[in-house]
Amino acid sequence: MDAMDAVAVKPKVRVATTSLAGCFGCHMSFLDIDERLLELVELVEFDRSPLTDIKHCGPCDIGLIEGGVCNSENVHVLREFRKNCKVLIAIGACAINGGLPALRNSFDIGRCLQEVYLTGLNVENGQVPNDPELPLPLDQVHPIHEVVRIDYFIPGCPPSGDAIWKFLTDLLAGRTPRLGHPLLRFD
Amino acid sequence: MDDFKHCAYLDPILTRFENRSDYLVQILREAQDCFGYLHQDAIDYLATKLNLPRARVEGAASFYSFLHLQPPGRYRVLFSDNITDRMLGNQALMERFCRNLWVEPGKPAEDGLVSVDFTSCTGMCDQGPALLVNGHVLTRMSVERVDRISELIRGKVALTDWPHEYFVVADNIRRRDVLLGGDWQAGEPIRAALARGADGVLAEMKLSNLRGRGGAGFTTAVKWESARLAPCQGERAERYIVCNADEGEPGTFKDRVLLNSYADLLFDGMTVAGFAVGATKGLVYLRGEYRYLLPKLLANLERRRIDGLLGTTVCGQVGFDFDIEIHLGAGAYVCGEETALIESLEGKRGVPRVRPPFPVTRGYLGQPTVVNNVETLCKAATIALNGGAWFAGLGTKQSTGTKLISVSGDVEVPGIYEYPFGVSVDRVLNDCGAGNAQAVQISGASGVCLAVHEFGRRIAFEDVPTAGAFMVFGAHRDMFEVARNFSHFFAHESCGFCTPCRVGTALVAKLMDKVASGSGSQYDINEIVSLQRVMQAASHCGLGQAACNPVMDTLQKFRPAYERHLRALDFEPSFDLDESLATSRQLTGRDDSGAHFGQ
Repeated sequence: MDAMDAVAVKPKVRVATTSLAGCFGCHMSFLDIDERLLELVELVEFDRSPLTDIKHCGPCDIGLIEGGVCNSENVHVLREFRKNCKVLIAIGACAINGGLPALRNSFDIGRCLQEVYLTGLNVENGQVPNDPELPLPLDQVHPIHEVVRIDYFIPGCPPSGDAIWKFLTDLLAGRTPRLGHPLLRFD
Repeated sequence: MDDFKHCAYLDPILTRFENRSDYLVQILREAQDCFGYLHQDAIDYLATKLNLPRARVEGAASFYSFLHLQPPGRYRVLFSDNITDRMLGNQALMERFCRNLWVEPGKPAEDGLVSVDFTSCTGMCDQGPALLVNGHVLTRMSVERVDRISELIRGKVALTDWPHEYFVVADNIRRRDVLLGGDWQAGEPIRAALARGADGVLAEMKLSNLRGRGGAGFTTAVKWESARLAPCQGERAERYIVCNADEGEPGTFKDRVLLNSYADLLFDGMTVAGFAVGATKGLVYLRGEYRYLLPKLLANLERRRIDGLLGTTVCGQVGFDFDIEIHLGAGAYVCGEETALIESLEGKRGVPRVRPPFPVTRGYLGQPTVVNNVETLCKAATIALNGGAWFAGLGTKQSTGTKLISVSGDVEVPGIYEYPFGVSVDRVLNDCGAGNAQAVQISGASGVCLAVHEFGRRIAFEDVPTAGAFMVFGAHRDMFEVARNFSHFFAHESCGFCTPCRVGTALVAKLMDKVASGSGSQYDINEIVSLQRVMQAASHCGLGQAACNPVMDTLQKFRPAYERHLRALDFEPSFDLDESLATSRQLTGRDDSGAHFGQ
């Protein structure tokens, strides 16, 4: 490529986002950066994300993951992100700790499936769904850092739009992201 | 059980402790002796009688690992789990014991006969593997002994009828210098101190430059003088001398020997301190694991009272009254920290205080308090007798006098060695017959790990400071496992007050387990390093600050021992992904490729 062109056209940072076992609350919070979205799209372009509806992730600079890992599909998506993103960020309580979905961890998944599909009240001729299209649930819900390497964590349930904005702008500017006390206060 | 029954055994205890809430830990300990645990109604009764919130009483009871709110087995067996016990095979012995009695570790047997678990270092590293049965220490466990003990328990034989030799704790003194080799009559140091006068004693202490033997190395004379000058507070205005005999640092057992065979010297030292500081009361905080020493120590105190070495007008000195009482700890390593120890003496959870104010100005019950290690007080007694110049002539410039070293691990002759400060690690290794040592852990789990190239270093505050532990690891030992043992020790002993320590120690132990299980990667090592930074900078007390020391030291000096366990250099999940789908696969009857994880 011509050196002059390289200076003239500064490539945008590619960002991918996804929600695994989460509630999309973190994505909603992301949208809460409001008009700063316009500033953001000057700097970044989105790859796979609920915002673009692109189904698979290509090579990216930043991946944002909401939600923990509760089934086999979550694992595949997470691995795809790790393979393609230079920097992977866990965003929100579920991604970091398992969060609300992990409340099922004290129950045996086998007994849950049996009760819901076979032995529960009003179930007749029940069957545990076994279509190969369906992802199988893991026996436990895990935070994403137990499955792949994670580079950064943005805590909160959900983190505020301001926190997400501060974190991303730090990252884009080459500063080690740092959320000060006001952005980490939740009460 | 109704109130009536509880008051039947609690009232005499409460009366003995004058219904004082600052004796809560002692009251709970004695109350537990009646039934082996503390009944919920007993907690209620104590709260009412002591006029304390119930949460204070239950909070204290739940803090100490030797106090139980649920009934443990009638025989409560705790295997000491220091790394030295492990090296002597305690894990296989425990498994065998559990198999013999059909119990699982951590769960009382269904018939309530026995419960089995691990406990932190019991201070018997030179004669392990050790265990505690209902608070009594048993040493030198073997397959034969463990089998015999299983039979005794099955036969419900009372502990007092068990073979006497199981309970023998040897001193194992291997090298005597001026302290262990000295020949003094009980009370001699006190008379010498009285002859010198309080100012004279302080002057000699300054001249001696004695530094605290508990590890921190603070100058004792400065401590004494500060407490002497500090004003007393309020109604019960008096100063206190506290002896820290909560020897919990893994691998340390020198205080055990001093308490067993040199108790007179210790009590002399406390009395001398009391005289110099202007204190009228001494308190010994004896770790729960050393409970077997209590009757002997109490008898000694009684004899000293009869001999006029304690009580009013000590040694005939009009106006000098001093007495000593003993408090028993209940299994909390953090109580070795002086302010946590004071909290425990006051009947509370052993949570370290914020310093300042330091104990010398506001310590036990808010009064000026000197907290000294057992060995420090023994040394102070010899200084009162022989003078500061004599003491300063021993050791090195900044580390005067001698040091008791507790040698254990892969050596031919484990035990207590007394050397002048400045002795080289090599010399100690030579004397104790450590053939092919690859490392020495000095000063216990929170100390420093030295590799072969550092064996020329010297034990002194100028170079390698120590509280006394000296654990030797032969070439065949896995230094990663050593560090992993210590990481679990800290996770278990964190008092839970501050988040960096409570969470950090647990995370480090978990990561070490991940590496041990073969799922570790370079990433996990990096995680440990960054956790260490947080814990060191942000923990409330020394426990959290030092908790990563053994891991960091071994990472630096024995990195290949870690790398051997790593599965990959990048990242591995912390659990078996494919296995986690097994239940779902079974229930759906699926075995297609979508029901498995490829790599």
